[in-house]
Amino acid sequence: MLNFVLRRIALLIPTIIGISICAFAFVRVLPGDPILAMAGQHGVSPERYEVLREQFGYNLPIWQQYFNYLGSVLQGNFGNSLATKRPVITEFMTLFPATVELAFCALFFAVIIGIPAGIFAAIKRGSWFDQAAMGVALTGYSMPIFWWGLLLIIFFSGYLGWTPVSGRIALSFFLRPITGFMLIDTLLYGNWPAFVSALRHLILPAIVLGTIPLAVIARQTRSAMLEVLGEDYVRTAKAKGMSPRRVVNVHALRNALIPVITTIGLQIGLLLGGAILTETIFTWPGIGKWMIDSIFKRDYVVVQSGLLIIALIVMAVNLIVDLLYALINPRIRVK
Amino acid sequence: MKLMTTLLAASALVALTAGAAQAKQLVYCSEASPAHFDPGPLTGGNDFDASSHTIYNRLVDFKPGTTEVIPSLAESWEISEDGLEYTFKLRPGVKFHTQPYFTPTRDLTAEDVVFSFERQMDEESPWFNYLEGMTWDYFQGMDMPKYIASMEAVDDLTFKLTLTEPNAPMLANLAMDFAAIVSKEYADQLEASGDLAAFSTQPVGTGPFQLVDYQLDTVIRYQAFADYWEGKQPIDDLIFAITTDASVRAQRLIAGECDIMPYPAPADLEALQADEDLTVVEGEGLNIGYISYNTTEAPFDNPEVRKALTMAIDKSAIIEAVYQGAGQDAKNLIPPTMWSYDDATEADVYDPEEAKRILEEAGVTDLTTDLWAIPVSRPYNPNGQRVAELIQADWAAVGVTANIVTYEWTEYRERGKQADRKGPFMIGWTGDNGDPDNFFATLFSCSAIGVSNYSSWCNDDFEAAIQAAKTTSDQEERIELYTTAQEIFKAEEPAITLAHSKVFMPMKKTVLNYTLSPLGTHSFRYVDVQE
Repeated sequence: MLNFVLRRIALLIPTIIGISICAFAFVRVLPGDPILAMAGQHGVSPERYEVLREQFGYNLPIWQQYFNYLGSVLQGNFGNSLATKRPVITEFMTLFPATVELAFCALFFAVIIGIPAGIFAAIKRGSWFDQAAMGVALTGYSMPIFWWGLLLIIFFSGYLGWTPVSGRIALSFFLRPITGFMLIDTLLYGNWPAFVSALRHLILPAIVLGTIPLAVIARQTRSAMLEVLGEDYVRTAKAKGMSPRRVVNVHALRNALIPVITTIGLQIGLLLGGAILTETIFTWPGIGKWMIDSIFKRDYVVVQSGLLIIALIVMAVNLIVDLLYALINPRIRVK
Repeated sequence: MKLMTTLLAASALVALTAGAAQAKQLVYCSEASPAHFDPGPLTGGNDFDASSHTIYNRLVDFKPGTTEVIPSLAESWEISEDGLEYTFKLRPGVKFHTQPYFTPTRDLTAEDVVFSFERQMDEESPWFNYLEGMTWDYFQGMDMPKYIASMEAVDDLTFKLTLTEPNAPMLANLAMDFAAIVSKEYADQLEASGDLAAFSTQPVGTGPFQLVDYQLDTVIRYQAFADYWEGKQPIDDLIFAITTDASVRAQRLIAGECDIMPYPAPADLEALQADEDLTVVEGEGLNIGYISYNTTEAPFDNPEVRKALTMAIDKSAIIEAVYQGAGQDAKNLIPPTMWSYDDATEADVYDPEEAKRILEEAGVTDLTTDLWAIPVSRPYNPNGQRVAELIQADWAAVGVTANIVTYEWTEYRERGKQADRKGPFMIGWTGDNGDPDNFFATLFSCSAIGVSNYSSWCNDDFEAAIQAAKTTSDQEERIELYTTAQEIFKAEEPAITLAHSKVFMPMKKTVLNYTLSPLGTHSFRYVDVQE
């Protein structure tokens, strides 16, 4: 097992180098100039422009810029934002909990609805429920997020007034972050109304962000379940006279869930990368919105370091999922 | 232990907030996060709203709703005969904010004023570069280092500014956001502790509100400063709820999550205007959308050709289709609300037949040109691509083929500045200080060629008029000179003056005394809420 872990970690090194090169190159092929983008409508004088280029090292050959960057990253220095001048890592750590909180709520929503819907559709294959559920799943999968989010806001927040329009908590609650997770912080403060408010603020964004994973999970569960239901051991169990409920719950479900868990693991990785559209519509102060704002501001440093940090996190999550999987399923280890 | 302390501090805060349940609160759904809270080096309107209009004051200010300069931290001032010496008498007893991180021991003095400007021009000062890669864009952009000969704190309450040459717009410059007055005592404290960067995140000013808390990309909280020199503000708590998407801002306003918002999307205006709990305040923006001919490029070097091409454009159709009623035909470079506006200027006429005739007479047939379309939506031009398409069609009718080109915004402006740029270039300007010099000299003086004179236009008579207007402080004479400048501009047509846009500010009916600023800034000084 240790061997397997070490091998998996060693494999990550070339990936990390590749990603750092991509992140670095990506911001440089974007049109636009970060120094000019920083200046206002008056622009910046040519002399000052040269001074700043030198100060930021943009006058150096591109490979040298890359190695300087890599060097400071290895020392844990991801640089300072060009716009706010604050360390990128500090901004990231401030905003990341919001993304994590939203991602987990979205996933929770997707799992508690997606798995039962998938199972039920498989058992009642071809029924009106199956067709309706899979139709809805397909619609959910192809839903333009921005439109879907606005639609929900206009209907539930604007028209019915049931949910708040955006933000993480009502403005009347002034709580300084402890962990950065609003649900946890409000409980730590023992402030029940604040907890309820935070929960209400999570509903719509979690639904919007969870829509696509929900569709994926439901369809995956259905097909895995259908496959397992056709296996010999299920037929044997039925032949033994076991109740249909027990056949599904004990024999079929356990095996069907293995591919579903892999799917969920992949979704976690994706969701942690920040949900640009959902965070933008709901003014959710997470890293997706932070990244897109920085791209518009041509904040090179935030974009390249942000990409790198996000990639590292996604890789770490995938690694953990892989390892857990190996723990559960020895066949993978051996291969 | 740390968690414990945080918890205790937080419960104290909660208790405070709970105790102040009766506090009057105003929530402003702002459009973007501020970079930080030191207005000196900043350039964005949202940066200034969050810093210079809440936390700070300037020596002089713009009278709310106008561009007229009025006393602020300076009670009065005198300008010497030769226009070179400005002596400001400071208001006595002006207090700086007391914050957990700073307790002032003295009132505002002339030392603070000297420091506020010196840090922006003295390259030896540790404050000139106190944040990595910072630039003092406005201070440099307004050419302040060129005009300032010296600054002196004559005594505690007298500040003397000596110029290298007379400069009539100087007073208006000092009312601009970058000229905010900061605390030298606080700067000294930070210098001693070595944490200079805190100056931008933990601000101390003399303004109507003091910063309580900023949560990145989420919310900024201010409270009214009890010892504010004009007296405490009617509201107790001012909250900026950062909401980047315009449609979401509108929904938040409708749902009552905020009291007031800037920059509504044109598509939402109707719904906002129809809501009976809301009012949409409307005003004229201090801006101009225009299209610069490259006057050094044939055939655009011929004023007759330029005028004919302008004549071929149906401006009213553009204003109708693109500005959707939120714009007005610009017959001059400066907007009508600005002093010295020449109302006698004749508006451009739309006459394709006549345009065609003039072009033929000038020997211009089968002209093919690039037409530069602004790539971003700006208040002065909401949709450059659409404007370009309409002009393309109008010009096709008089036999001119226009190829629309565009680039990413910074790239666009860089390429537009090049002397050998081909074709008319769409651009615009939003006034900084309400002085006509800020339009005429910034955009069309000879020295602005390669910087912001996209027409590469250098006309001796025009230049003489605007330079004379800059150096005299006689208002009547300045008006006359700018009138001349506008006449020359119209006769020469270095650019098509397209439109001035309107600005809208939707708010709840319970918001009282909000004044729309022609400069596009958002200030909540004097604002009250009805309970």
